[in-house]
Amino acid sequence: MQPWEVLVQQTINGLTRGAVFALIALGYTMVYGIIELINFAHGDVFMLGLFISLSWFALFGVTQAPTGWQLLTILPLVFVLTMLSTAALNVAIDRVAYRPLRRSTRLAPLITAIGVSFMLENLALLWKGPAPIAYPDVFPSVDILREWFGVDSAIFVTTKDVLVVGATIPLMLALNYFVTRTRWGKAMRATAQDRETAQAMGINVERTILLTFFVGGALAGAAGLIQGLYYNIGMWWMGYQAGLRAFTAAVLGGIGNMPGAALGGLFIGFLSAWSDQYISARWTNAIVFSILILVLVFRPQGLLGARSADKV
Amino acid sequence: MRVLRVTTAVALCLGLVGFAAGTDAQQCPKGKLRLYTSWPMQGAMLPEGTGMKNGVDLAVSEVNGLVAGFCLEVVNLDDASPQTGKWDGAVEAENANKAVGDPLALVYIGTYNSGAAKVSIPITNRAHMAQVTPANTYPGLTKKRGAAPGEPEIYRPGGFVNYFRPIPADDIQGAVAAKWAKRLGAKKVFVLNDQELYGKGIADVFEATAKKIGLPVVANEGIDWKQPDQKPVLTKIRASGADLVYMGGVIETGAQVIIRQMKEVGLVAPRTRFMGPDGLLEEELLKGATCDAVLATDMRITFAGLPFEKMRGVGAKTYETYKSKYGKEPTSYALYAAEGGRVIVDAIKRAAPQIEKAKDVTEKREALRKAIASTKNFEGINGKWSFDENGDVDYDTMSGFKAVKADGPIGCKFQFETILE
Repeated sequence: MQPWEVLVQQTINGLTRGAVFALIALGYTMVYGIIELINFAHGDVFMLGLFISLSWFALFGVTQAPTGWQLLTILPLVFVLTMLSTAALNVAIDRVAYRPLRRSTRLAPLITAIGVSFMLENLALLWKGPAPIAYPDVFPSVDILREWFGVDSAIFVTTKDVLVVGATIPLMLALNYFVTRTRWGKAMRATAQDRETAQAMGINVERTILLTFFVGGALAGAAGLIQGLYYNIGMWWMGYQAGLRAFTAAVLGGIGNMPGAALGGLFIGFLSAWSDQYISARWTNAIVFSILILVLVFRPQGLLGARSADKV
Repeated sequence: MRVLRVTTAVALCLGLVGFAAGTDAQQCPKGKLRLYTSWPMQGAMLPEGTGMKNGVDLAVSEVNGLVAGFCLEVVNLDDASPQTGKWDGAVEAENANKAVGDPLALVYIGTYNSGAAKVSIPITNRAHMAQVTPANTYPGLTKKRGAAPGEPEIYRPGGFVNYFRPIPADDIQGAVAAKWAKRLGAKKVFVLNDQELYGKGIADVFEATAKKIGLPVVANEGIDWKQPDQKPVLTKIRASGADLVYMGGVIETGAQVIIRQMKEVGLVAPRTRFMGPDGLLEEELLKGATCDAVLATDMRITFAGLPFEKMRGVGAKTYETYKSKYGKEPTSYALYAAEGGRVIVDAIKRAAPQIEKAKDVTEKREALRKAIASTKNFEGINGKWSFDENGDVDYDTMSGFKAVKADGPIGCKFQFETILE
C-alpha cells in the first residue's frame, strides 16, 4: 500500500468509527441538554442494542446473509424494532433510576447512572456470557471499488462502510428535523432552556423528558445494530468504552449541542484511527483525551457550544 | 419448613460426626499434615476450579491419603471475590495467611491466576512454606526472561525459592511459537498484545526469539482490546506487508475481534495468517470469531505440554484414571494439579524423617520445601523432568494446533497438528 492509500483507508476507518460514536454522543448530549445529567448508562444501552438486535434477527430466523428482498424487508424492520426496544429500555431506566431523584442534588442521579451502567453490563454478562459473541453476517460485504467499478486498488470500500454512513446521516437529519421543526422538538428545546418557565407555559415537562430518553435510546439502539452489522462482534464490556468516547465527543462538540456531538464523534473517529496508524494503538486513548483537555482549556464551551453565562 | 430445617441440621451433625469418626479411625501414626489449595471456585471458573481440586484429590487418593505415616488432609479455599467472581488480591492474601497460620499446614497449592500468585508467594515465602501451582504460567514469577524489572526476587523476601511450577511457563511458549512460525514459512511478523500480564509476556518473548532466529518483526503493538473496532490496527498491518499476525492474549481480550476483522480487511491466508498462544485454545474463540474467519486466517495455536489424549506413559494412565474416577474429561489444568499433588506426595516421602524430627512447624516446612526443590527425574505426565534452580520444569514440550473444518454446530475445531520442542 502506498502512503496515500494508507491515509485514505484510515480516514475511511475513522469515518465509520466516528459515525457510530456520533450516534451515541447524540443521546448523551440530548439528555444532558434537558436535565443536565451525564447518563453513564447510555453506552450500555448501546451495547444492549447490539444484543437485542441479535435476538430480533434470530426471531426472524436470519443467521446468514439473506437474499435481496429479505434484506430489504427484514433489515428495516429490525432497525425499527431494535430502536423501539432500546428506546423503551431507556425510558424505563429514567422512570426507575432518575425520575425519583429529579428534585434532589445533581450528584444523586449521576451515581444511580453509574449503578445502572453496572447493572446493564452484568445483565449482558449473565445473558450472553463473558466471551465476545459473533454477530451474523446479515449485511453482505462487497468490495465496491473492485467488484462494481473494476478498479484494482489497495483501498477497501465495502458496502458495509456505505451502510454505516448511509444509515447514520438520515438518522441525524431526521433528528435535526424533529428537534428544530416539530412541536415536540420545540418543547424539548424550551425545557432544555428553562424547565420552570417551560412548565409555566403549559409544556408537560415530564413527558418531554420521557420523549428525550425515548429518542436518545432509539439512537443508541440504532448505533448498536449498526455496530453489530459492521464489526460482526459484540462484547458485554463495549458499552463502557464506547460511552466514554461518545461522552468525550459530546463534550468536545459542546455538551448539549447536537451538531456539536455529531462533529465531535467524527473528530474522535478520525483522530483515533490516525493515531492507531501513525503513532501506536497503545497511545490512542491518551492522545484522544489530551486533545479533549486542550480543547477544553482553550474553548471550555466545546467546539460548537454557545458561550453561556447563566448555566453552570 | 421448620421441621425440615431441624432434620437437615440433625442430619448434618450426624454426618459431621460420622466423618470425624472416619478420619480418627484411620491410622495416622505420625499425625496429620495439611495441604491448602487456593483458586477461584465459583462462577465461570467453577468447572476449572473443580477440575483442579479433583486433580489434587486424585494424587492424594493414590496413596490412600497416607504418606510415610502422615495423614494428608486437603483444605480447599476459594480466592475469588463474590462480587466479581474473579480472583481478588485481598481474598488471596487472606487465604495464604490462613495456610501460613495453620500449624499443620506444610504446603500451599495454587494459584490459578498469575496475578494472585504475586500476592501469595511472598507470604508463603516468609513462612518457608512451599507453594506449588497447577496453572500459573507468567514467566516473571520464577525467572528473568519475560519478566518485569525486579522480578522474580520481589517474590522471594527470604532469598530462597519456595514457589514451584510443574508446568512450562509462557516464555517457552512464545519462544517455541516463533520457531514454529519460521518453520511454517513466515517471512515477516506483526506482533500484537493485549497489554495484560499473560499476553504481553508471551508477545515479548515471541518478538525476542523471532529476532534472534532471523525472523523480522515489524512491531509489537499493544492494542486497546476494549475497543470493538480494530480495523485501523489491521489496516496498519496490511500496509506493513506482514504475512503472520501473532497475538499474545486470551479469549476475553479481543482476539476474536482481530481474527474476525482480519478477514474483513483482506488479511487472509496465504497472504497473512494468524497464530496465538494457549489462552486462545477455547471453543469460545471459534464461536466468537466464526469459523469462516478462523479458517480463512489458517489459524495456529500453541499449547504448553501435550494434549491429554496425546500423552504417553504416566500421562496416558493419569488421563484414564481421571476419566474413570470422575466420569468426565479433565479440565485444562486438572492433570497438572494431579502432577503437583504427586510431586508433593513424593517430596513428603523423601522428607519424612526430617519432618518427624523437626522442632517446629517452620523446620517441617523448610524440610518439605527443600525436598520439593530437589525433585529430580520425576516421572511426569509429559515425560521425565526435574525442577531447575528457579523452580521451573526443565522440559519444553509443546503441541501445535490448527483450526480445521468439522461437523457439528460450530463448524470447525482445533486439531492437534504437531509436537513442538
